[in-house]
Amino acid sequence: MGDFHNPEGDLDRFRFRLGFSAVLVLVCFSILLARFIWLQVIQHDFYQTRAEDNRIALIPIVPNRGVITDRNGIVLAHNYSAFTLEITPSQAGNLEETIDALASVIDIQPKDRKRFKRLLDEAKNFESIPIRTRLTDTEVAAFAAQRYRFPGVEVKARLFRQYPLGKVGSHALGYIGRITERDLKWIEEAERQPNYKGTDHIGKTGLEQHYEFELHGETGYEQVEIDAGGRALRSLKRIPPVSGNNLQLTLDIKLQEITEKAFGERKGALVAIEPETGGILAFVSNPTYDPNLFVDGISPENWKELNEHPDKPMVNRAINGAYPPGSTFKPFMALAALETGKRTPSQAISDPGFFTFGNHTFRDDKKGGHGSVDMYKSIVHSCDTYYYVLANDMGIDNIAKFMAQLGFGQRTGVDLGKDDSGESKGVLPSPEWKKQRFKRPEQQKWYAGETISIGIGQGYNAYTPMQLAQATATLANNGVMFRPHLVRHIVDTKTEEKRQVEPKPIRDLNLKEKNLEVIHRSMLGVIKEGTGARAFAGAPYLAGGKTGTAQVFSLKGADYKASAVKQHLRDHALFIAYAPIDKPKIALAVLVENGGFGAQSAAPIARMVLDYYLLGKLPAGAAKEDSDAVEEERDE
Amino acid sequence: MDIAGTLKRWWLNLIAHIDFPLLLITLTIMAVGLATVNSATIDSTHRMLSQAGNMGFALVVMWFVSRLPPQKLMNFAIPLYIVGVVLLIAVFLFGIKINGARRWLSIGFTRIQPSEIMKIAMPLMLAWYFQKYEATLRLKHYLIAALILVVPFGLIAKQPDLGTALLVGGAGFFVIFLAGLPWKIIIGLIAAGAAAAPMLWHALHDYQQKRILTLIDPTTDPLGSGYHIIQSTIAIGSGGVFGKGYLNGTQTHLEFIPEKHTDFIFAVYSEEWGLLGNAVLLFLYTLLIGRGMMIASGASTLFSRLLAGAITLGFFTYAFINMGMVSGILPVVGVPLPFMSFGGTALVTLFLGIGILMSIHTHRMLVKK
Repeated sequence: MGDFHNPEGDLDRFRFRLGFSAVLVLVCFSILLARFIWLQVIQHDFYQTRAEDNRIALIPIVPNRGVITDRNGIVLAHNYSAFTLEITPSQAGNLEETIDALASVIDIQPKDRKRFKRLLDEAKNFESIPIRTRLTDTEVAAFAAQRYRFPGVEVKARLFRQYPLGKVGSHALGYIGRITERDLKWIEEAERQPNYKGTDHIGKTGLEQHYEFELHGETGYEQVEIDAGGRALRSLKRIPPVSGNNLQLTLDIKLQEITEKAFGERKGALVAIEPETGGILAFVSNPTYDPNLFVDGISPENWKELNEHPDKPMVNRAINGAYPPGSTFKPFMALAALETGKRTPSQAISDPGFFTFGNHTFRDDKKGGHGSVDMYKSIVHSCDTYYYVLANDMGIDNIAKFMAQLGFGQRTGVDLGKDDSGESKGVLPSPEWKKQRFKRPEQQKWYAGETISIGIGQGYNAYTPMQLAQATATLANNGVMFRPHLVRHIVDTKTEEKRQVEPKPIRDLNLKEKNLEVIHRSMLGVIKEGTGARAFAGAPYLAGGKTGTAQVFSLKGADYKASAVKQHLRDHALFIAYAPIDKPKIALAVLVENGGFGAQSAAPIARMVLDYYLLGKLPAGAAKEDSDAVEEERDE
Repeated sequence: MDIAGTLKRWWLNLIAHIDFPLLLITLTIMAVGLATVNSATIDSTHRMLSQAGNMGFALVVMWFVSRLPPQKLMNFAIPLYIVGVVLLIAVFLFGIKINGARRWLSIGFTRIQPSEIMKIAMPLMLAWYFQKYEATLRLKHYLIAALILVVPFGLIAKQPDLGTALLVGGAGFFVIFLAGLPWKIIIGLIAAGAAAAPMLWHALHDYQQKRILTLIDPTTDPLGSGYHIIQSTIAIGSGGVFGKGYLNGTQTHLEFIPEKHTDFIFAVYSEEWGLLGNAVLLFLYTLLIGRGMMIASGASTLFSRLLAGAITLGFFTYAFINMGMVSGILPVVGVPLPFMSFGGTALVTLFLGIGILMSIHTHRMLVKK
């Protein structure tokens, strides 16, 4: 900018600047072109895929869950289709207003609103959430007429799990519920996430959980073209789902029902096993609960009631309750003595009614003692002194070694729950166990005096009814042991092939026939002339049995303390049995919490079960307590 | 014969001030734009006819303006600028707030956006100013020019409307640049701008900061401000070399592209016509700018040179910012694609510019005569 004005110079400068701008324009346009080449040539495949992903959605089609039937084909768990009213929050606008307006068309209870809120918190925005389940046809019609008023609300047909028999067998069946964070982890660990797209329920306990991946089936899907709002425009491809595999159980649901009735109001557990296969015929933990409550998501009131009930209906006593076996342990002790050569059947002791070890006296229930007691008499009359002496003679290591073979103190591996998580190990006492169990050195030491009461099934002994039943079944099957199981076979939906679950025994204890014969004879004696005679009076079949009483105050079950604290200190009653004695078809263990003596309340239940299973005899009602048995029971 | 003669004279008079190369280029771009608006709205609002109407009206505006000699246009410079600034102040004081931005002024029956006036008024005013002081240009004149530029720019940026502010500021700056702003000052301004960038950053509104951040990494906010960029780059990239074919863009027709018939129409076009289509469009814009520069270069007065140059470079700014933001190399600001995006106001402003270019070009020949 000089002081003088030069028009020609100005024009040149203008043209130069214009030319400079033109170069700038070309540079900028070249940058754009380079960007387009980058996006449309070099990165084309990537963006092509992204566009396809945008365009195509896979809508999962949830398979039908497998059906569970009992050994006779009676349906225990199945699915039924019902209409639900569902809201997709992202499309519905104001949810409160929508629900209020819906309530004028269809009955919506406060509990429905509560559940909706809960599910809304868990769900993603684009999923539809049920506000009402199980609509009647009239309700569906009423809504259909008003549909236009409710964007984002629709009626959907969904499958619901149903347990037609309600409470019966619920501790075996378990139940399904909505998938939680923990379940997601499980699915991830099993690497089954793709198959669970669209699934919102999963087995929570029992068979439903153990066989989750059999029952679930294969998720199908539909490939649909969608727009940015997620609306499906047209179907491109459809892969149908494959229904889950069906389970046929070894359980006899009639027997189950009768057994549960036999318990009545009493707490306890019963496990009945087919000795030849390990198949479980009845699996009772009383009280029980209705698994149907869980299917739609259990209401907080119901959940509170079940969890805070003093009888703890949610606790599976058969596999989670660990109880001292009491005198039902004696036949196994006797067998151990014979097998290890510590006793012969005829070897007798003279029972003064007590046994002194060091400066401690262990008493027999019968004052003055049983006189001369051999092995037969020790089982039939449940002589404690005989077993005090025997335990002392055998030593804790020998006892623990033999009992471990029978499965005591280990998980039976019954097909319930996830992995081992659902089952308690119980306590098979041994010096090693004590070392692990206690922290302080003076507690860790095993004292010889502690061995004495182990002999009569007290002391640190604590086993689940399931373990006791397994040991009884193994005894009934002459030492050939099976893993107890509830599923007889899995019916593959695709191939219709039946896969048997447990065809092979896990172990043969190789017990000597003559030793077994002694124990069988003695246990037959129990119900013929001993502590079980009253309960089995008039039975047209021969059975082996043993009564037992477990002292509540010495209860050791680490998993199950609540009941002991809560209830009166009445003893637990136990009974083990198998029949017919020459070729047992059924072996069982019964436990009645706070039931007093084994003969008083546990044996009558066992009798009822055997009568029904062997004779088809239907009982009149709950098994009555045999109050007259009290006197006789003092023998125990 | 006489009638034919009359008709011929009437026709010659009618087209006397039309620059056919410019008209042909703009009509071609508009035809492409019309077809793309059709594709973008065929599933829903059917805006093609409405846009054709806008175009017809804009062409009439262009015709009128092209007939006004540049001297007449100069007379509009000061009043238009003053009216523009007054209206912008009015917006600042009484404007209608929509979506957090105060851009509109209610004038009873309708709403107007005064910043739109500034797109023409600004270069007009500055070109007039430099023409007036052509002979005695000193540094203080650049300072005054800068003031003329900064006041409306500040008012528009404050609304906030960064896109329009950039276009208005750009148009003004081009005038000052073409008028001969010393390079030393230009380089100094760039250096000062770079140094002040951190402070400028804090002066930006949250949503503006967010747009720049999402430009660097759109995936930080895939459902919010990053969504536009992600979906438009997917549309462009998936178009490939030859495009998916007219009306076959999945991103377009499944509604993944937001604002697809207005600011993001380029994504629609690019998805369906591919790299080849983009090259053609860039070529058309280059032709348009080239023709504009030719007109500027041959203009007879400083006023018309500066005005023509600034308007032409304004077209470039529009096109570059729009395609840059849609393809993800510039932040998202509200700038339409010239002659392509749907919308009457923008078209009228653009054709005002075309009309001015034609006026400058055709009246130059008359002056020479």
